[in-house]
Formats: sequence, C-alpha cells, structure tokens
Amino acid sequence: MNPDILTIEHLNFWIADQHIVKDLSLSFPENTITAIMGPSGCGKTTMLRCINRMHELIENTRVEGKIKLSGENIFKLNAMALRRRIGMVFQRPNPFPTMSIYNNVLAGYILNGISLSRKEKDQIVQEALTQAALWDEVKEGLHRKGTFLSGGQQQRLCIARALAMKPKILLLDEPTSALDPKATAHIESLLMELKDTVTVIMVTHNIAQASRISNQTAFMYLGELIEHGTTERMFTVPKDKRTEEYLSGKFG
Amino acid sequence: MRTGHETWRQCKNNAFHGLIILFSAILFLPLAAIIFHILKNGLHVLSWEFLTALPKPMGESGGGVGNAIAGTLLLIVLSSLIAIPIGIFTGVYLSENTHGKFSHIIHVAVDMLQGTPSIVIGIAAYIWIVKPMGHFSAFSGGVALALMMLPVIIKSTEETLKRIPNTLKEAALALGAPYYRTMLQIIIPTGFQGILTGVLLGIARVSGESAPLLFTAFGNPFLNLNMNKTVQALPLLIFNYATSPYEDWQAYAWGSSCLLLIFILSLTLLTKAIRPQ
Repeated sequence: MNPDILTIEHLNFWIADQHIVKDLSLSFPENTITAIMGPSGCGKTTMLRCINRMHELIENTRVEGKIKLSGENIFKLNAMALRRRIGMVFQRPNPFPTMSIYNNVLAGYILNGISLSRKEKDQIVQEALTQAALWDEVKEGLHRKGTFLSGGQQQRLCIARALAMKPKILLLDEPTSALDPKATAHIESLLMELKDTVTVIMVTHNIAQASRISNQTAFMYLGELIEHGTTERMFTVPKDKRTEEYLSGKFG
Repeated sequence: MRTGHETWRQCKNNAFHGLIILFSAILFLPLAAIIFHILKNGLHVLSWEFLTALPKPMGESGGGVGNAIAGTLLLIVLSSLIAIPIGIFTGVYLSENTHGKFSHIIHVAVDMLQGTPSIVIGIAAYIWIVKPMGHFSAFSGGVALALMMLPVIIKSTEETLKRIPNTLKEAALALGAPYYRTMLQIIIPTGFQGILTGVLLGIARVSGESAPLLFTAFGNPFLNLNMNKTVQALPLLIFNYATSPYEDWQAYAWGSSCLLLIFILSLTLLTKAIRPQ
C-alpha cells in the first residue's frame, strides 16, 4: 500500500465531560479511500471533524493526542491554513445560495481573498467541475445559481468546491445519505476516480457503499476503534465479533 | 338525543369561527376609517407646489411642505447611517451567541430600548447632544430616530440569521475562510432580504415619529440640509399645523398626513413583498 499521508495517534476527544473519541489511532495511506463505519453516536463524525479541526467550532471541548498530516502535527498549524489543505463535504448539499455555480466552485479562493486572473478562474472551474463529474451538465449555465441544481448535482458541486482548492485529503461526512440511489451511484463512481489524486476519508452508514468503493475500512463503536484493515479482509474475515455483527447487518 | 348533542356542538363550532372572523374584521375597521378620513381630507391638498414649495408667511396663500419632506428624508438618511451598521452587527452577534451572560444582557437591553417611550428617547438625545452642542440640530434628531430604529433592525437581523442553516457557515469555514469573511460574504448576503425587511420596517417606524424630534430636530420653516442646523420634518409640521387656528394650515396638516401615510403604507407593503418565505 502507499505511504501514509495522515496518521492519528492516540486521539481522545471530550465534549464537556463526555468522552466521545477514546484513544484512537489510525493511519491513512495516500490516494486511497477509507470508510469509517459504526452505529450512530459512535464518534465517527467527531473524529472526522478533528482532522480539519472543525471540532473547534463547538464550545467546551478538549482534545488530546496527535494528528499528523505529512508528518506535521495539525494542532500546531494555523487552523485556516489547514482547512485549505483538507477539503470537506457535508451530509446535506450546501452550495452557497447567493453565489452562481461558477463562484461556488471558486468560493475557497473568494473567501480567502486570493485574487485570480479570469483565465485561471476559468481553468480552475472547468477542472474542478470535470473532476466532480458535473462539467457536462452545467457548462452551459455556469452563471446560474447553484441552488437550482438537483440534490445530487448540488452535492457534486460541493465536491467541486472542495476540489478547487486542490486539497491532498477530502473528508466526506455521509455524503450520499440525503441522495437517491442514482445520484449516490454517480458520486460513488466519481470518488473511485478521485482517489488517483486525493486521499478520501468517508464516514458512511451505508455498508454496501463501503464495500463497493473503499480500500480500507475502520469500524468504530462507542468511541473506540474496534478494528480496521483492508476492506476485503474486514468484510470477509473480521476479527472482532462486533465488526462481524455490524457489517452483516445484525445491529447498527 | 345524540344528534341533538352533535348539532349543539356544531353550533358552538360555527359561533367560534364567526367570532374569530368578526374580531379580525373589527381590527380592519379603524385602519380603513383612518385611511379613508385622511385620503378624503388630504388627497386634494397634494399638488406639485405642495410637494416642492416652501411654506409661505402667515396670511399669504400657497406654498408647500418641501422643507419638511427634505427634512424627513435627511433624518431618515442620518438615522439609517447610524442604526444600520450597529443594528446589523448587534444582530449578527446575537444570532451567533445564543448562550452566555453578555448576549443575555444585550437581549434585555434591546427589549428595553424597544419599550422606551419615544419622548424619553427625544429627551435623552437632547441631554446628550443638544445641550453640549448648545443648539438643536438635524444630527441630534437622527440619533434619536436611530435609537428607535435599532431594536427593529437588531431583531429582524437576529431572527433572519438564526434561520440560516449552520451547515452554510461550516462549509465556508471548512474552506479555510476566516470568520469575518464567512459572516460578511456568505451569511449576511444569504440573509439580505430579511435584513432589508428589518431596515425598511425600522424606517417606516421612525418616519412618523414626532416626539423624539421635538427637542432635537426642532423644526424650521426653511429648507435646510445641514445636519448641524434645525430641520423640519413631516410629523413635526403636522403637529404644529394641526394645532394652529388657521384653516389653510390645517389643510396642509391633512395633506402632510396623507403624504406620510402613503409613504409608510408603501414601505410596509414593500417589506411584505420582499420578506423571505
């Protein structure tokens, strides 16, 4: 497997006195897809949000341990600079309603005050929308509002918005749970293509989805990382009984 | 027996429905009466001369209320310049900080400001500005009106921004955007319609106020656009002319009331039209 781009070392996370993530260590090889699975409330979304330090938006939290991005401890970096290097896509599509499709893709640059020439903008927009498999559908109406698109298209627009910043890592928090099966299939196939250039870390409730597209699967339960390994191994010979029961649909 | 009971219940139901409609209709009556009365007495006074000319000295016929219209517009601009930025930023703060002692204090302060009688606000502006400066001024009137606009703008900004899904803010922050750009470039523009509604309601509220202007803008019979000097305003003019013994002045008070009513009603209808669903 490829060398690791991101490693989590003994991560602990508390909200007030609730211990949400318990001594979690996990590494992510470059240009692979990792699926984080587990029943609701197991801490998987919280863990994902620690990676780009979005957890800092919640008050009264405490974090211990290290997360290293290419060897650098992310808690020592500037949070805003870190988030420019790590893209994030949310559960519900959330394009900016006041912006056109074109400006939504460029939002990362606009919101960081980075000025670009017309040519650079056009190039970034076309590249990101092509990567997000949306270019052909929207190229005729780039200056329409992004909120006119269908749910699946909006989510691909959000992926394009994240990709436009050319991140090394893309975090996805149940990106297809609000979409219909067709839109889901579309996003899955685009994620498979993305992993040539980006490391994808995805929280999902969809067991079949994890087995279809991920290289590595991690299973969390009650804040702990129970087991992780290649997706093939996890789905065929899980070591822990809880993993087996969850992945075969006995609980969750 | 059973059907009789059912019929009785049906009767009570109908009576209740009727009562609700009746009271709603009663609410409409005074409004209709006011509008009718003012239009009947005021509409025929309106003319190009009335809108543009300055008041003539007593005893001469003709003239208009151009100075009061200009003064009211000046006061609206002054108060908006003060109240809009403060109101929007306070609204942003309150929408972002729902817990905590400071935001609670601000909430209470906004409620109290809203409940303060307008005459008291006028006196406050007199003590703060007119006395130290030594003279009445449009500026002091603008400050008094701004204080009256603030709660309206703050509350509508707060309510509007609270309804914007948190995930939009997260999306912007996750792109590495600083907090101030997230608020200024994403959240406030997304809530623009709601904020504008609040601003227009605030303007509608203060443009008919006379009490805060009695000790501040004071009124004068000339055209003035200097914010350091006294300025006439439509509500002040109505107050002065309506209490005068001269018939043509009273007619002008009707005309000015009519003008003010049309202005405020249009603003209110406009806010209804742009209010986000």
